[in-house]
Amino acid sequence: MNDMKTKVKTIKIKIDDYEITVPEGTTILEAAEKIGINIPTLCYHPNLSLLGACRVCIVEVKGLDAYLTACSTKAWEGMEIKTNSPEIRQARRDIIELILDNHPTDCQTCERCGNCELQNLAYSLGVREKFFEGEKKHFPIDARSKSVIRVPEKCILCGRCVRVCAEVQGVYNLSQHGRGFYTQVMPAHGSAMDDSVCIQCGQCIMVCPVAAFVEQSHTEKVWSALANPKKHVVVQTAPSIRAAIGEGFGLEPGTPATGKMITALRLLGFDAIFDTNFGADLTIVEEATEFVKRLRRKEKLPLLTSCSPGWINFLEKFYPELIPYASTCKSPMSMTSTLAKTYYAEKKGIDPKDIFMVAVMPCVAKKFEADRDEHKSPEGYPYTDAVLTTRELIWMIKCYGIDMKDLPEGDFDNPLGESSGGADIFGTTGGVMEAALRMAYEVLTGSPPEKMEFTEVRAVEGLRESEINIGNFTINVAVANGLTNAKSVLNRVLNGEKEYHIIEIMACPGGCIGGGGQPYPPKGYHFLDPELLAKRAQALYKIDQSKKIRSSNHNLSIQKLYREYLGAPGGERAHQLLHTHYHPRLPRGIR
Amino acid sequence: MCKDNAQTTQLDTWKEVEAFAKRTLPPHVVEFIEEAQREPHPESKLIKVLQLVQEHYGYLGKTQMDAVAQLMQIPTAKVSGVATFYHYFRLVPRGKYMIRICLGTACYVKGAERVVEKLKEELGIHFGETTKDGLFSLEGTRCLGCCGLAPVVEINGEVFGQVTPDKIPAILEHYSEKTD
Repeated sequence: MNDMKTKVKTIKIKIDDYEITVPEGTTILEAAEKIGINIPTLCYHPNLSLLGACRVCIVEVKGLDAYLTACSTKAWEGMEIKTNSPEIRQARRDIIELILDNHPTDCQTCERCGNCELQNLAYSLGVREKFFEGEKKHFPIDARSKSVIRVPEKCILCGRCVRVCAEVQGVYNLSQHGRGFYTQVMPAHGSAMDDSVCIQCGQCIMVCPVAAFVEQSHTEKVWSALANPKKHVVVQTAPSIRAAIGEGFGLEPGTPATGKMITALRLLGFDAIFDTNFGADLTIVEEATEFVKRLRRKEKLPLLTSCSPGWINFLEKFYPELIPYASTCKSPMSMTSTLAKTYYAEKKGIDPKDIFMVAVMPCVAKKFEADRDEHKSPEGYPYTDAVLTTRELIWMIKCYGIDMKDLPEGDFDNPLGESSGGADIFGTTGGVMEAALRMAYEVLTGSPPEKMEFTEVRAVEGLRESEINIGNFTINVAVANGLTNAKSVLNRVLNGEKEYHIIEIMACPGGCIGGGGQPYPPKGYHFLDPELLAKRAQALYKIDQSKKIRSSNHNLSIQKLYREYLGAPGGERAHQLLHTHYHPRLPRGIR
Repeated sequence: MCKDNAQTTQLDTWKEVEAFAKRTLPPHVVEFIEEAQREPHPESKLIKVLQLVQEHYGYLGKTQMDAVAQLMQIPTAKVSGVATFYHYFRLVPRGKYMIRICLGTACYVKGAERVVEKLKEELGIHFGETTKDGLFSLEGTRCLGCCGLAPVVEINGEVFGQVTPDKIPAILEHYSEKTD
């Protein structure tokens, strides 16, 4: 136990004539924030290690000739700091001007326009003219990846992507290569992202202050399908989209926007609007069946969930020996797409080749998943034709001149539109686990749980382990989001340190609500902001609570689907259509 | 946990990756890495390891860098990041003959730049590159210490003084014939 009497030493400092007492070890930046002084930053990110590369946060310290970086300097007793003086403001402006001088001036056509930290800093620091005109770097765009495009010309070398990839995801795919003017952030040997250890999670896109990483866009494909009268264009939206899309239209974060989103999709001209939640319920029915079977037979435990495509890429490249433990269930997206081109197509009498399936996902790795051979029909056409991120859908709706927040509420179409509350929470960490436990409880004990909420599996902190008692079984569960957290659980599994029965892993921090395809944080929030993630999660829990049916196996459309089409859960037809397999891939990641 | 061992080992790529890495690197480098792993902070030996690899092969190839990364368990992006940062490391194989042209002040004033142009034109390569037949590599260098002979070209230790562009074809011819 910690010695409770240990007192943290405090120090007295002066910031812009305010005296303040802070614990020893506080940085100048943190101390200033406490008294409401926001020192501008660029390479700094509160959830990542300190770099001090950009020098934008410099401050004056009495008695020192050189300026110090506020983000990386710890305050000392008696320190007198000036965060604002004509010299400091000029120096900060010069730094931004120098960065701008070596940055493309194509703001109007840039994906980050309006959301760019460099643009915002230049504006707020008062940069109104360009005083430096020098040589600019010229690097080609690397668009070879199915998910993540690298735009090195825009890169300002802040190193945030390098740090998020290493520290949050444990992937270490990015590093600065070359030196000086020719420095470029890229995977080893400058390989294409898909040929590197990249897992396509897209957290580099989210953390980048400019647009040096962007998603591989599918909007043009979708526009042309919508304009093609021969195509029956179907769309599905993931659970976490409804919790975040409103932010793109000025709604307060955490406002559920299911109905308005559906109406917007209808206005865009989609022929049918399905819910990925339907696929989520189906995933639970299949996965819980698989889990209970393994639990009773005591084989292939722990079961690893398989919904997150970033995690699946990570599994194949970093932990291939654990592949047999992963659930063979397709992701909710791929299940919904498969059924749209089989069950729905047969019901409607449409040739599946004429169906164009669009999936709106919080995720860029889904673009990679959709293109996998395992998710193609026996005839060779993909079940999912295009994957739009939340951001891309927001642009498409805006492009159409629709202000989503003023729209009336709409409803999903059947037969793939109904869902339980268990499906809604798929979009946040612990949700798949909670939904699986709701159903497993009923299968193991014969009656549904008295309390639907299993709050002990909601891993807001990134990693959570609990013991759940169901009937005669004590189930050890672990829930991890962010792959650095996943690594620590998986290493424990490999070392035999703990016996788990089921582990949920989501590649992105917070789960899908923090996915690489979600809207850039609105004003007042930052990327990885726990407050923003909590609000988005709350939106999903609210929807869950408001539903009559909260356990996936009670979804009436799902029951009908098994009766009419699939047979029994885990049965032959279900296996053929709803399950998949994984295989080790190289290059092998460093664990 | 992990009871289905037969199946997991079959899928595990590590043995294969490790064996390939060990085959790729010369035995003394593998030994050096293994020794480093037994001491604290083995990652601090990365540059030394890369030097050893380059001494052996004359350059750092992708396969060699991948092998170093796997055996040292250092992310490959970091290894190639370090290798591209230092001018000392070569990323393409060295030709049989290393042509180094002095770009120091005296040579430069005496027209080294025109000689460089001629060399690039004749060989069809830039600095740091190697001709397709693997015969010649080209490098610019600082003062070689014989300014009286400027402009100076050095090929595998042999020094040519007062070089002019029109002398280049004959010099190259000399080495090509040597190989035949």
